[in-house]
Amino acid sequence: MADPDRVPEEPLVSPSDRGGLHHVFRERYLLRLLVRKELKARYQGSVLGLFWSYVNPAVRFLAYYLVIGLIFQMDRNMTNFPVHIFAGMVLTHYFTETFSSGTRSIIRNKRIIQKLPLPRELFPVSSMLVSLYHTFPQMVILLGAVLVVGWDPSWLNLFQGLLGFTIIGVFGMALALLFSAANVFFRDFQNIVGVFMIFVTWSAPMIYPYDRIQGLFGGTWAEQVYLANPIATSVILFQDLFWVPTVGPDAPYPAVVPDHMVERGLVVLAVCLLVLAIAQRVFTRLEGKFAERL
Amino acid sequence: MATSIVVENVSKRFTMQYTRTIKQMSIAVLRGEQLKDTFLAVDDVSFKVEQGESIGLMGLNGSGKSTLLKLISGVMTPDSGNVLTRGRIAGLIAAGAGFHQQLTGRENLYLNAAILGMSEAETKRKLDQIVDFADIGKFLDTPVGHYSSGMGARLGFAIAAHAESDIFLADEVLAVGDRPFKRKCIARMNEIKKEGRTLFYVSHAPGSVRKMCDRALVLVDGRLGFDGPVDEGIHFLKYDDSDDDDGPDQDDDDLGADI
Ligand SMILES: Nc1ncnc2c1ncn2[C@@H]1O[C@H](COP(=O)(O)OP(=O)(O)O)[C@@H](O)[C@H]1O
Ligand SMILES: [Mg+2]
Repeated sequence: MADPDRVPEEPLVSPSDRGGLHHVFRERYLLRLLVRKELKARYQGSVLGLFWSYVNPAVRFLAYYLVIGLIFQMDRNMTNFPVHIFAGMVLTHYFTETFSSGTRSIIRNKRIIQKLPLPRELFPVSSMLVSLYHTFPQMVILLGAVLVVGWDPSWLNLFQGLLGFTIIGVFGMALALLFSAANVFFRDFQNIVGVFMIFVTWSAPMIYPYDRIQGLFGGTWAEQVYLANPIATSVILFQDLFWVPTVGPDAPYPAVVPDHMVERGLVVLAVCLLVLAIAQRVFTRLEGKFAERL
Repeated sequence: MATSIVVENVSKRFTMQYTRTIKQMSIAVLRGEQLKDTFLAVDDVSFKVEQGESIGLMGLNGSGKSTLLKLISGVMTPDSGNVLTRGRIAGLIAAGAGFHQQLTGRENLYLNAAILGMSEAETKRKLDQIVDFADIGKFLDTPVGHYSSGMGARLGFAIAAHAESDIFLADEVLAVGDRPFKRKCIARMNEIKKEGRTLFYVSHAPGSVRKMCDRALVLVDGRLGFDGPVDEGIHFLKYDDSDDDDGPDQDDDDLGADI
């Protein structure tokens, strides 16, 4: 190997240029190992392992169903109310996990960041992938549930569901990038996330039906504001796939969902992509100081 | 010969931030306390390194050596001036960075190698070499959390020392590990040097710098105080007073002093 005249072919470049989010997906092998590490670390020493990631959503589902459904009798005049809650929860759980573990991801990996010039977006992205991994089995349970109650989705429904899933993924990633960077400078940001979670649960129709909102604000600007929220948009789109086709046109209580959801969804997706691009810019700005501030 | 590293009027200013939360910050403002303080850790440093040179970077504690290395590796960005490098960079500033206590040595090895830019194939090819070098034997498949600190450091060093690179940075690497291991490290760094890689070696041990390097840089409070032949550099630092006997044990004492 001795080669005293070795000259690398690469040009002289600035070593701190790491190139952004798209660069992360070129590091697929590393990303895979990071995801595996995070999964393994999370379940180390717990006998039930992955099972625990169902306990939280399952208990919340039961609590909402029992209290809101049975005690407040929401499921009296609503068809397949449990499916309605569960579909919404699968989606919002994916979002909150991406957001909260993504926000802490930079600090959690500070030993690597202080020493190695990796694309730092790797860490929030791998948090998102871990959340995605956790969402998969919940989707399987959801699918089982809708098949039991009878489910006949159209291609349009399928598209709506995918659109909803994409919106919440992009939005969660954008917030995770922003907050993970901000959290390096002020640790308050990881606490703001907790407050945000409460908002997430109540800002979308999952434990209450959309017709309540329509009854309150129908036709006013308040309804438009409600629907402009990416979380509400994606949850409704997701209900369009999983809940609406289980209700059917001649059910005693038909499914009420807003009109033009595909158009709304596409606009919201475009806005979320823009937010993601801005988040990436901010992240790049701030990451220059990560190594010294951690 | 090609230029390997260019450092041009590089400065790095650190902020000593006294507050970590908005609450602390508000209290400090109300009390009229200082929120932050800045100072130059690297102050207008310029030099050029040709491919294959081995540089000994010396200076007292806090003179900015590690910071300069981080600027070269790209972990930190300079506030002014330019840093340019050619080719892949590896080094022992990162030995064991990101070891996860709950993963086994093998799992950590793969992850750490990937973090250093090694592909799966490259890691597999070098696995035996790395494990041999680290000499952790049957502990390879036990969690790193159960390792002694020396073992963890050895594994980290072994991985970094086997990563492909054109530039190799080593920051006070010999502060950990026992004597046989230190000797192995020195031998490995000599190999790296022979391969024609650019070597950047931070050390307090004049003996090992003298053996390994053909040029010395000395930092004094963040400024480049000296750039030239190793012997003069050591003299500049006045490290050579205690270093005049050439007894048979000299070799080991050099290593021991690298803390
Ligand atoms: N992240 C940081 N934030 C603020 N000050 C720092 C940081 N890292 C290092 N310093 C300070 O910068 C100076 C130079 O540090 P360093 O480069 O580690 O010195 P050396 O490696 O030569 O001992 C020291 O005074 C150190 O306290
Ligand atoms: Mg140092």
